[in-house]
Amino acid sequence: MADPISRTDVEHVAKLSRLALTDDEIEHITRELAGILGHVREMESLDLTDVPPTAHPLPLQNVLRPDDVRPGVDRDEVLAMAPAAEDGRFRVPRILGEAS
Amino acid sequence: MSETTAIEIAAAVRSGSRRARSVVEDALAVIARREAELHACNAVLADEARAAADAIDAAVARGEDPGPLAGVPVALKDNLCTRGIPTTCSSKILDGWRPPYTATVVDRITDAGGIPIAKTNLDEFAMGSSTENSAFGVTRNPHDPTRVAGGSSGGSAAAVAAGYVPLALGSDTGGSIRQPAALCGVVGVKPTYGRVSRYGLIAFASSLDQVGPFATTVDDAALLLETIWGHDRMDSTSIASVPEPLSGGSDVTGLRVGIVSELTDVDGIEAEVRAAVERAGEALVDAGATVDRVSVPSCTYGLSAYYLIAPAEASSNLARYDGVRYGLREDGVDVADMNARTRAAGFGPEVKRRIMLGTYALSAGYYDAYYGQAQKVRTLIIRDFAAAYERFDVLLSPTSPTEAFAIGEKAADPLSMYLSDVCTIPTNLAGHAAITVPFGTGAAGLPVGVQVLAPALGESVMFRAARALEAAARPSGPSADNA
Repeated sequence: MADPISRTDVEHVAKLSRLALTDDEIEHITRELAGILGHVREMESLDLTDVPPTAHPLPLQNVLRPDDVRPGVDRDEVLAMAPAAEDGRFRVPRILGEAS
Repeated sequence: MSETTAIEIAAAVRSGSRRARSVVEDALAVIARREAELHACNAVLADEARAAADAIDAAVARGEDPGPLAGVPVALKDNLCTRGIPTTCSSKILDGWRPPYTATVVDRITDAGGIPIAKTNLDEFAMGSSTENSAFGVTRNPHDPTRVAGGSSGGSAAAVAAGYVPLALGSDTGGSIRQPAALCGVVGVKPTYGRVSRYGLIAFASSLDQVGPFATTVDDAALLLETIWGHDRMDSTSIASVPEPLSGGSDVTGLRVGIVSELTDVDGIEAEVRAAVERAGEALVDAGATVDRVSVPSCTYGLSAYYLIAPAEASSNLARYDGVRYGLREDGVDVADMNARTRAAGFGPEVKRRIMLGTYALSAGYYDAYYGQAQKVRTLIIRDFAAAYERFDVLLSPTSPTEAFAIGEKAADPLSMYLSDVCTIPTNLAGHAAITVPFGTGAAGLPVGVQVLAPALGESVMFRAARALEAAARPSGPSADNA
């Protein structure tokens, strides 16, 4: 399996996870993930060649239903719960800019 | 003293011999007496419950039948959506959110005459085994308030054990119904994956999550499960077939029962817990079953596979908490900065840890080594169970390796906390069913649960074995602590 997790790895993963972690949190999580990943390496002792992966316990294929019109959730009720909304839409800060 | 089980209450309310309003007032009185100490609830729905009770009493007065749960107060884990009523997942990130729709399981309860009376505390987003990860404070064990109630559905387990309600709903991703039920001395059921609708259950790990009941008796658990289960067009993972009724009695004559060695005869299982499983096996033999040891070798690796698969799925499911559509928002210079600050402020330490672990396990360069391997181990577990169920009808094991532990005892060490789920996780990975039944006490005099495992859609035979265990436990079993 892979090399032990480093602080740089954790900083990268925090960015992927969209989590603004503090230095203390980065340090803690690096140590804790190293411990957990050390434990799960016990799976290395199993011979897993030719074993197919299982993603889901049910043998589900595409699930189809009749295309009939039914009421959905109320738009105003949904938008009333948003931190910011305007003109029937969610309002967010700017998406493009020099700060990113 | 009047009726206490859901079956007794519903019969009395339907016949008009007891008013639903008096049932609700009694439940609210118990809550008022014990809630300050136990903190099982995030919210008590007193006004809503009284109004619902009055409507049921009016229906009975008109000669109508409110249904099989008539007047029965039910507590709901606070990760089940209730329209217009705050649903928090015990997380700051859902601060102020009131869902625009109601979970199917909750609608089915109210349609059957049941009365939602509380939203119960949980580990944040159901991630934990002690309810210590709640943003709103720990739930205490009704049998010993210095100890945890278990988790993540600790609030629902404590609410039933303390006599607030005869019935509660929880969710079980790796043991989150069964472990707290065992620690609080009540019955808890993890139904077959797909048997119960998850529409309106806030997702944690979608290939593992399942909703299920808590109750003080096996028959009450069956009543609630039969109320909530069955196909739901709003959940595409819902099984279409009609479930077999659970009214199969307690006859276990000729039943082939296997005690799972890898979950019972290993380090970390307390001696008293192992002894309870042995006595449970003997009780089933006395009742006409045959009992033998069975090996399910890959169960040993269930914990490792689970702690990659569940965080991986969680990291994806929890991406939706981005400060845009609901709950908390922290200001940022742009949308990515707003997302990252919101999530940092809104999620607690365990949720952050699991999002990080899951994102790492799915990230480029590590996917095959971690997530891919875990998925293959999942296949082995399913194969090993299939082999065991060729020789046995149901399996037996401890539910929790220990009785309830002290508050704070495992909070600083994630791995030791994760080990609390070692006996319950394999069922979720396989998508099977399992039930925990109180069976005596441990070294500190606290409840111990024995787990009956069954293959997918094996609930009927599982409940028969559970009833037999319940009957055997009754003479010397723990009291329900309905003080």
